[in-house]
Amino acid sequence: MPARQDRVNHGRLSPRSAKLVGVTDIDSARAAEPAILVRGLAKRYQDVTAVDGLDLEVRTGETFALLGPNGAGKTTTTEILEGYRPADAGEIRVLGEDPATADRRWRARIGIVMQESRDIYELTVDELLRHFAGYFPAPRPVDEVIELVGLGEKRGSRMTRLSGGQRRRMDVALAIIGRPELLFLDEPTTGFDPSARRQFWELIHQLKAAGTTILLTTHYLEEAERLADRVAVVAKGRVVALGTPAELGGRDRALVRVGWTDPDEGERTETTAAPTKLVVELAARYGGEVPGLRVQPPTLEDIYLELTREGDGA
Amino acid sequence: MSSGTAQRQGKLPSMLDLGISRIGMELTIYRRVPEQVVFGFAYPLIMLAIFGSVFPGTIPHTDVRYQQYYAASLTATGMMTVGFQSVAIGIALDRDNNIIKRLRGMPMPPMAYFVGKIGSVLVQGVAQTALMIAVAALFFHLHVPSDPWHWFTLVWVFLLGLATCAVLGVAVGGVLRNGRSASAVVVTPLIVLQFISGVFFPVTQLPRFLLDIGAVFPLKWLCQGIRSAFLPDDFKTLEPAGSWEHPMTLIVLAAWLIGALALSVRTFGWRGQDEH
Repeated sequence: MPARQDRVNHGRLSPRSAKLVGVTDIDSARAAEPAILVRGLAKRYQDVTAVDGLDLEVRTGETFALLGPNGAGKTTTTEILEGYRPADAGEIRVLGEDPATADRRWRARIGIVMQESRDIYELTVDELLRHFAGYFPAPRPVDEVIELVGLGEKRGSRMTRLSGGQRRRMDVALAIIGRPELLFLDEPTTGFDPSARRQFWELIHQLKAAGTTILLTTHYLEEAERLADRVAVVAKGRVVALGTPAELGGRDRALVRVGWTDPDEGERTETTAAPTKLVVELAARYGGEVPGLRVQPPTLEDIYLELTREGDGA
Repeated sequence: MSSGTAQRQGKLPSMLDLGISRIGMELTIYRRVPEQVVFGFAYPLIMLAIFGSVFPGTIPHTDVRYQQYYAASLTATGMMTVGFQSVAIGIALDRDNNIIKRLRGMPMPPMAYFVGKIGSVLVQGVAQTALMIAVAALFFHLHVPSDPWHWFTLVWVFLLGLATCAVLGVAVGGVLRNGRSASAVVVTPLIVLQFISGVFFPVTQLPRFLLDIGAVFPLKWLCQGIRSAFLPDDFKTLEPAGSWEHPMTLIVLAAWLIGALALSVRTFGWRGQDEH
């Protein structure tokens, strides 16, 4: 593997500088083509329909989140896109190829963080990354990856001695060692404490800034809101809503809840399409300061629960 | 898209490079699990120490010491534990721990995985067999062959036997769906096999029908082949067929090797349990 380390400098240009240096025809063609394009994807397991006519388009360089309840078909979809499972029907292009028939060269361009990883190795962080770096034509330098995922102090520790959060960061390290153009993250922060989750988000922001396209599957709406450029809500194997986190499901146009504490009547709330008008009226009524004023737009969670309500029985 | 450009220019490592890299990794992991080294690697040595001490005399009607007999047969058993047992259990555990799934997500040709498993077994097998022969020669009266013919026999029986065991391990490990039960499923039949293949009881003391059952499986032929390299030539008259049966040994081991290869290709589950 050390012999392979000398090639790593090939890909060190940032995406921006690559464009300045001069873009080949292939590169411009690729930039025009979405990283992931799915039309009418379907997958059944015996009598259970996991994915039922799903459409998806993820643009190159974008971070895209798949949200949805358990059993909505998120992981099945992701695993089909990763080439782990065959689809029953549908048109699938991932980095311009069909994952079911894609070769090693295609595999070298993607990175995968599986939902569940239980690798238990008697190898150190450093040893394992050096080993897997040798699988790729132009890997990231191991030191850079260790720094990026924040495992600097653990580089000499065996995998068996890492905490759950550290193991998960190691999963990301193994997924990005090959310098992937497209990164799959399947529920990456499940079981994290809040501070570990924030560190993880920072890492994803850095990968995104480096030009990596990311498909994120998550249960955490806050995570989707923080990381994703666009969000698709999946229920019963279909996309039921698509948009930016701010406008998903008409969130930007939805009614706003205004609450205040009336000295006589106690807690009051009113939902309105014109919150500013209501606040001005209240200010006039109370002569300036409105006691206990709260103005709450619908949270992503409100919208999500609304969208997936029918999917509950699934 | 600097990374894409770099990867189109960069060359993917060859299957052999990755296979060799995996051999190194498998051996490093192996060395770091003490129970594997003690119960896998040292198993035939421990058995030799026990049997060699309990039976110091010679096998009736021969000049051959029990110690020599056990040294030869346990060398063959060691090849079975290193080759078959550790590969089968190792693959089942790799599947349980999602290691196989992770590898499928990497740009690795599947063959590199098998090269890693079988190559590391070959290294372990050579080391273990050399150690067995050295210990047996020093302490248990084993005669190291002095002529090329016996060495030739040792080398081909060793290589064919170990290859058969390792590929059989791949076939069985590929079928096992649960790493936790793998030990029981693999180890128990192997112990029974050692009783009926002339490892624990010399072939001279086993009833005919047990020998016939044992003759279906590769361990009996492996033991007989290794004995033919180490024991005096007259001992062959006490073997079940009255001769060393080299052609038959070759046929039976090769048949198991080919059968196991065919089974591995058909049944090896890269996907593991995730196909519901």
